[in-house]
Amino acid sequence: MTDAAELKRRTAELLAVHPPATTDRMDFLKARFDAGLAWVHYPEGLGGLGAPRSLQVVVDTELEAAGAPDNDPRRIGIGLGMAAPTILKYGTEEQKQRLLRPLWTGEEVWCQLFSEPGAGSDLAALGTRAVREGGDWVVNGQKVWTSSAHLARWAILIARTDPDVPKHAGITYFLCDMTDPGVEVRPLRQITGEAEFNEVFLTDVRIPDSRRLGEVGDGWRVAQTTLNNERVAIGGMRLPREGGMIGPVSKTWRERPELRTHDLHQRLLKLWVEAEVARLAGERLRQQLVAGQPGPEGAGMKLAFARLNQEISGLEVELRGEEGLLYDDWTMRRPELVDFVGRDAGYRYLRSKGNSIEGGTSEVLLNIVAERVLGLPSEPRTDKDVAWKDLAR
Amino acid sequence: MTDLLYSEEEEALRSAVRDLLADHCDAPGVIARTESDAPHDLAAWKALADGMGLAGLLVPEAQGGQGATHREVAVVLEELGRSVAPVPYLTSAVVATEALLACGTEDLLAELASGRRIGALAVALNIAAGGAYKVVRHENGSLHGELTGIADAAAADVLLVPADDGGLYAVDADAATVTPQVSLDLTRPLATVTLNGAPGRLLGDAEPAVRRALRAGAGLLASEQLGVAEWTLTETVRYLKERKQFNRPVGGFQALKHRLAQLWLEVVSLRAAARNAADALATGADVEVAVAVAQAYAAAVAVHAAEEAVQLHAGIGMTWEHPAHLYLKRAKADSIAYGTAGAHREALAELVDLPAP
Repeated sequence: MTDAAELKRRTAELLAVHPPATTDRMDFLKARFDAGLAWVHYPEGLGGLGAPRSLQVVVDTELEAAGAPDNDPRRIGIGLGMAAPTILKYGTEEQKQRLLRPLWTGEEVWCQLFSEPGAGSDLAALGTRAVREGGDWVVNGQKVWTSSAHLARWAILIARTDPDVPKHAGITYFLCDMTDPGVEVRPLRQITGEAEFNEVFLTDVRIPDSRRLGEVGDGWRVAQTTLNNERVAIGGMRLPREGGMIGPVSKTWRERPELRTHDLHQRLLKLWVEAEVARLAGERLRQQLVAGQPGPEGAGMKLAFARLNQEISGLEVELRGEEGLLYDDWTMRRPELVDFVGRDAGYRYLRSKGNSIEGGTSEVLLNIVAERVLGLPSEPRTDKDVAWKDLAR
Repeated sequence: MTDLLYSEEEEALRSAVRDLLADHCDAPGVIARTESDAPHDLAAWKALADGMGLAGLLVPEAQGGQGATHREVAVVLEELGRSVAPVPYLTSAVVATEALLACGTEDLLAELASGRRIGALAVALNIAAGGAYKVVRHENGSLHGELTGIADAAAADVLLVPADDGGLYAVDADAATVTPQVSLDLTRPLATVTLNGAPGRLLGDAEPAVRRALRAGAGLLASEQLGVAEWTLTETVRYLKERKQFNRPVGGFQALKHRLAQLWLEVVSLRAAARNAADALATGADVEVAVAVAQAYAAAVAVHAAEEAVQLHAGIGMTWEHPAHLYLKRAKADSIAYGTAGAHREALAELVDLPAP
């Protein structure tokens, strides 16, 4: 078993052979991957050493102290958080060897082709078709809400390979080359004026069978690995008091006495308390995880933060009065990173509307809490034994 | 950083208290007692205080207590809230004890810690730390006046009475006239305390002692409110899985599932706020903000949970026979006790620099 001392020794060796100050960023990242220090819990030869995941912090701390470059994880979050664990679990040896190194270094950006205009909360009803032709699959359909699609080299894709069986059974998981001529990416402009996301149109895209992930018809199960890792990535941050959306409005309140009214004061205090309590609940969840007693509170945290972000930013627009009638900039852009608090109140208000939709709507999350946490009966299902082609649409 | 979890010892304490209350405070018994001449369950109190030594948790061992902290007291209060137990724990083992700790009154502390005597701070239950409270007249060495809204005074052996000379006095309950008031919360009844020349023993300055007592009371009340909310949610969920209408369990209707899921989220949030307040009281760090945040949040959650319990139990929830009303009454009374949520929000406005216009 690789322990902390061994990881420190290996990290020191990496830094000695490839001094960050004089080494090209990408060369350093490749060397780090090859030394097994990229994600230490991954297997040897795939950027890791089979060490406990909790020891990653040892490597990260040493490298940060030495001023080493990182792989800019926010830019490649879908690859790191969703594609990689799925490839690791279901990929062939060849797929892992070819794909994981450039995924981790960021040379190759990944995106996710899951949601469709007709398959949102009911993702398993997706209709993008993949038809076998010789050694290839020919894919036709439309995907939506795809961040980074315009930057991506690869996509994780789920598509329907058998319309004659119930919806969950007829899905297969693929790795799609975004440079294929049949792939068209169009920006999807949203209510903030910018386009964080894309629509992706797939027209006769040919995917070789060697880029299938998992068995034919087993795509829904494979996708669970991807989606479970998405939820892990959403929770678990540690915030200081006033660390979230409540920070900017509190600052405005302190700096602009002329904007204050009694009504706004009451509402601000109420939201300040709720934000502080949500922060404490998040901290409690984090302490439970550290203590090895994960609780079901995670599903609830996303619900709480979505509502609070919306109410707090809504209050801030109102607080600003005449300025609240203005907007910082409607220019259509395609930002690489999403910043929920970086812009003006109006932007925060509009962007936070997505918080109760993305990564599971609040309505679906309430069902999940009711059924999995409280054990209440599940929704009546009329789609379980019906072939996908016969579903209402 | 604040420890928001429960230790193994705290969990063991919880299950011991829960077992004891299961024996003493079952719902039909508590309902019957509310209509008797003895609204306080002194047998349960004796078992908690004498049997388990829980009345002395906040008192150092050198002064005859257990030398524990607010964290353990909070766990006891969660369980007392879960069973709306009619025992003077919050009033004697927390509020009166904190006042005596402020004054350094060793003999009375030891008596309260052992549970041999029950104490009550003679300040109306609705007063928040720092709020104005009524005092009695101190004249020629004896006390005169009437104080109302004194929780658990009917069970008390000794009353801690603030007087107009700024002192806090200990008065034997035998020397006072204690008249029960018809109270909204039948399990924590209020009384009027009338003093007609009662002798009092000066303990110390009233203002800091009362402030300290009410702050601890408010902070730990959040754990009782958590217990009330937790019981009502759990019991409502249990009932709705069982209750069938329209040929299916009522708990399967999405409109109700969503309400219960929202409530669950409020309860887990309250748990974090209540643990934070208990831990802050134990360590002394960030106490004022932690208590104000917990109290600004807890009341609405406990009341919401109890109101939902009545509504979702529907007909049976409206009866005297079903215990839901005990929880509703406790939750509503708790929302006023030691300061309303609004009073605590106002305090926060000062504490975190979000001033009123």
